[in-house]
Amino acid sequence: MRYLPKSPSERQAMLAAVGAHSADDLFACIPAQYRLHRPLNLPGPLSEAEIVAWFRARAAENSLGFTSFLGAGVYNHLRSVVTDTILQRGEFLTSYTPYQAEISQGTLQAIFEFQTLICELTGQEVANASMWDGSTATTEAVLMAERLTRRHRVVVARTLHPEYRHVLATYARNLGIAIEEIDYTESGQLDAEALAAAVNDETAAVVVQSPNFFGAMERVSELAGMAHARKALLIVAITEAVSLGAVRPPAEADIVAMETQSFGMAPSFGGPYAGVIATREQFVRQMPGRLAGQTTDSAGRRGFVLTLATREQHIRREKATSNICTNQALCALAATVHLCLLGKEGLRELAEQNLAKSRFAAAELARVPGVRVPFSAPYFNEFVVELPRSVRIVNDALLREKIIGPLPIGPWYPELTKRGLVCVTETTPRSEIERFAAALRCALAQPI
Amino acid sequence: MYPTDFRYTKEHEWVKVSGGTATVGITDHAQHELGDVVFVELPKAGAQVTAGQSLGTIESVKAVSEIYSPVSGEVIEVNPVLASAPEKVNEDPHGAAWLIKVKLANAAELPALLDAAAYEKFIAESEKGNLV
Amino acid sequence: MSDAIKKAGRHVTQNEGLIFEKSAPGKRGFELPPLDVPATDARAALGEEYAREAVEGFPEVSEIEVMRHFTRLSTWNYSIDLGMYPLGSCTMKYNPRVNEFVARLDGIATEHPFQPQAVSRGCLEIMRTLQNCLLEITGMDACTLEPSAGAQGELTGLLMIRAYLENKGNPRRKVLIPDSAHGTNPATAAISGYEVENIRSDANGQIDVAALKEQVGDDVAALMITNPSTLGVFEPRIGEIAGILHERGALLYMDGANMNALAGISRPGDFGVDVMHVNLHKTFSQPHGGGGPGAGPVLVKKILEPFLPVPVLVEKNGQPILEMHRQTSIGRVRAFCGNFGVLVRALAYMLAYGPGIRQATEDAVLNANYIRRRLEDVYELPYKSASMHEVVFSDARQKRNGVNTMDIAKRLIDYGFHPYTTAFPLIVPGALMIEPTESESKEECDLFVDAMRSIAEEAAATPELVKTAPHTTRVGRLDEVAAARKPILRWKP
Repeated sequence: MRYLPKSPSERQAMLAAVGAHSADDLFACIPAQYRLHRPLNLPGPLSEAEIVAWFRARAAENSLGFTSFLGAGVYNHLRSVVTDTILQRGEFLTSYTPYQAEISQGTLQAIFEFQTLICELTGQEVANASMWDGSTATTEAVLMAERLTRRHRVVVARTLHPEYRHVLATYARNLGIAIEEIDYTESGQLDAEALAAAVNDETAAVVVQSPNFFGAMERVSELAGMAHARKALLIVAITEAVSLGAVRPPAEADIVAMETQSFGMAPSFGGPYAGVIATREQFVRQMPGRLAGQTTDSAGRRGFVLTLATREQHIRREKATSNICTNQALCALAATVHLCLLGKEGLRELAEQNLAKSRFAAAELARVPGVRVPFSAPYFNEFVVELPRSVRIVNDALLREKIIGPLPIGPWYPELTKRGLVCVTETTPRSEIERFAAALRCALAQPI
Repeated sequence: MYPTDFRYTKEHEWVKVSGGTATVGITDHAQHELGDVVFVELPKAGAQVTAGQSLGTIESVKAVSEIYSPVSGEVIEVNPVLASAPEKVNEDPHGAAWLIKVKLANAAELPALLDAAAYEKFIAESEKGNLV
Repeated sequence: MSDAIKKAGRHVTQNEGLIFEKSAPGKRGFELPPLDVPATDARAALGEEYAREAVEGFPEVSEIEVMRHFTRLSTWNYSIDLGMYPLGSCTMKYNPRVNEFVARLDGIATEHPFQPQAVSRGCLEIMRTLQNCLLEITGMDACTLEPSAGAQGELTGLLMIRAYLENKGNPRRKVLIPDSAHGTNPATAAISGYEVENIRSDANGQIDVAALKEQVGDDVAALMITNPSTLGVFEPRIGEIAGILHERGALLYMDGANMNALAGISRPGDFGVDVMHVNLHKTFSQPHGGGGPGAGPVLVKKILEPFLPVPVLVEKNGQPILEMHRQTSIGRVRAFCGNFGVLVRALAYMLAYGPGIRQATEDAVLNANYIRRRLEDVYELPYKSASMHEVVFSDARQKRNGVNTMDIAKRLIDYGFHPYTTAFPLIVPGALMIEPTESESKEECDLFVDAMRSIAEEAAATPELVKTAPHTTRVGRLDEVAAARKPILRWKP
């Protein structure tokens, strides 16, 4: 077997050296009734070419050749081949967590750069080395707020991504954290008045997303004031990190929980991505996740180490800030490389292209009879459309044209059954947007 | 070696009483076991502490230790230098690196604590035990 | 930091600064294709309230500078591609490159988790095949591929235990965890709302069964074990342990971090485990990537199947589909269905082996035992029970000269190896925890043994050399105390 570097004679020699007659002797420590006496019933073994063929066959059963207008927390963006080239260097790909700093300076310096970039993007003072994804980063931010305020209620916008809210509810249920959801107004934004009424002296945090699940910008500054008036913290979740190229960062937030998938990570059917938490320096000791810090060696040379480790599970065990151990380091590296390639000007230009494409699409779709764009709040690259009939049925027709149409949001918002979420990024050619509008016009013209 | 006007706990805290005020710190033995102290987490003035219960933590790079209060009462002062200079705990654990001052609620708690001689004996015996 | 900070040397590739220090206005690393729709002014589109000026402090560098920067950084890292990582319970094995290739295929990397299931049949088949392989390897009944890492798998498992017990009328209060357990176990128990109670190990480093009998009361929900343990030793009384728990209505959780000792040889489902996780970034070859990503699929017995997190992969008319709702589910532990790219790589690994995975396990255990045999005369072996895929020594002998496990580990770097796991498990003071994995040849094992034997000699004859190691790295031992006292966590202009 090509992954095993032993010849049969070497195995024999080693077995002899340990005093075993056969490999079976090595497992004498397992009681006989628990030892398998049959080979496992598993597919394979396959050669390299057969493995490739198997996965190509699976790829052919997916959406190759389709044009997608999906966003909702996972975004199609351009990725440079340079990112992948760097990620595939064995020294990054196959290296371990940088606990032994002297031989992990590459990883540690890259993490330090990632932390810096995230701070610049989000307007916060410190950032960690990554969380599993945006949804768990948001949940961990809530737990962090609970520790900081010693309060046990959170007020959550209904415009926070439904799956993020579901994760938060799953974690919160066992920790005695009460969640109250606040609805949205006809602009598509959170109902600020209802929020102000709901925040009280038991509130640990207010949780909002901006741009929100409908694609609409939330009024972060105003919401921060409402939270802070009752000494609650403001947590802002961001699912579309590219928005920060054109949108004011949530500097008034106490904690930012962001998904960085848009920076160099392929959609890959849901993961792996990289979440991150960024916050104020004064909260750093309650922040979960690894942190890379700058220091020197005895000769005064600059180097980097994992620091403030007493927050983490391997030292603090049941009193740790989180149970996280393995994070998303390589994905965070992808984000770091991607952001360095884009740079200041590239990120701004990228964000502006997204603004342009989505506005063009919204105008094209709004021209289709029966279609409207119901929410009035400013948006980045996603917006909600309302159709005169079931989004699902329309999508079936679009699928036949190899178009993956608006994401129906009725399943999460039962009051919005004929509405769908449309995302358009710099990767969607104008011709495809026009084809989408034409196909939609056609589908709606069909008798029901 | 250990100040005779202090009393000690088996968790390696010391307390010095003057009038109705108790000053609390950790012993030289404790700081030596911890190694370089990087952070001290203490209660705020006005908080209540209870004898035998945790009042905060002390961190080194690789370890965290609870600090158990030798006495009960209200915290009236917290040492301000430790936030910016936690290394003082290593340098002067019995003096400049006192942790908190407490308004003593119950002087009857004191006799149960060890005096300097008993504490030194306690350390010597536990170290012997460790050399198995 | 003061001006006294020096660079690492004169050599340009050893001297690489931060990317921000190479930045200058006007440089670009990536250009976008031209816009094919009318341009929009951000201010006009978003309004004054939301528009941003620019991301100040962001680097401006060219493509070649980015390539050189990260290439140079990479050369400062150790990696599996370079040599052995003898890290205990980490299972640092070879990361096959075909796995990287297939994960990047168009039609695999490009798929959106919300796209209609009708055009995701390939992804669903990948998930179904992987699930079936994991069920066969572990001998369990049902599976979720959703958890993002081992720790999240532990959380998922404990939440399912809680739901199961709640369904029976009482979630109970405590989880028992051995003092030898990985830190994520108690941390996870705390996040699932359970109290942690330690169960001690006996003189052989195994679960103290007498203590267990006393501690498993009506308020104990589960015992979390690692089997083989973090000492690399199989719990011979595991059947009895499972029996005690089940008798009292409690469940057995197994941390599957050490599956590299069992795959193809023994199945946790056969020895009484009710729920467990596996680490795809350990046993199943997902690259560590400097700290992640990984995945922690959870396998359960039938009794826990109703509580699986959503979405649940089920079969309908012979086709795999994702069921988004399940009344009895614990909920959701992350958005979307999991670290799919990691699942792809793990499946590619399994397809390469087929039933031959048994050979990998045999080689892993053989390597660990070989190393044990060749080092047990120079390093103290605190527990004499048979080792499986890892062996734990202690620094007791070297300590007599003031040399501890950390020092030995740092000196190992000078010999070209990554250190083993130091100071864990906690039940062995001064531990040296060594797991070679099956990826190491006899030659590599011999080189490792030679290095360790040489260091033992140095510890006796020239201990200062070991205590001040490493001597051959780009930077020496770094000041972790200063880093923790006055943390500098970002670059500032």
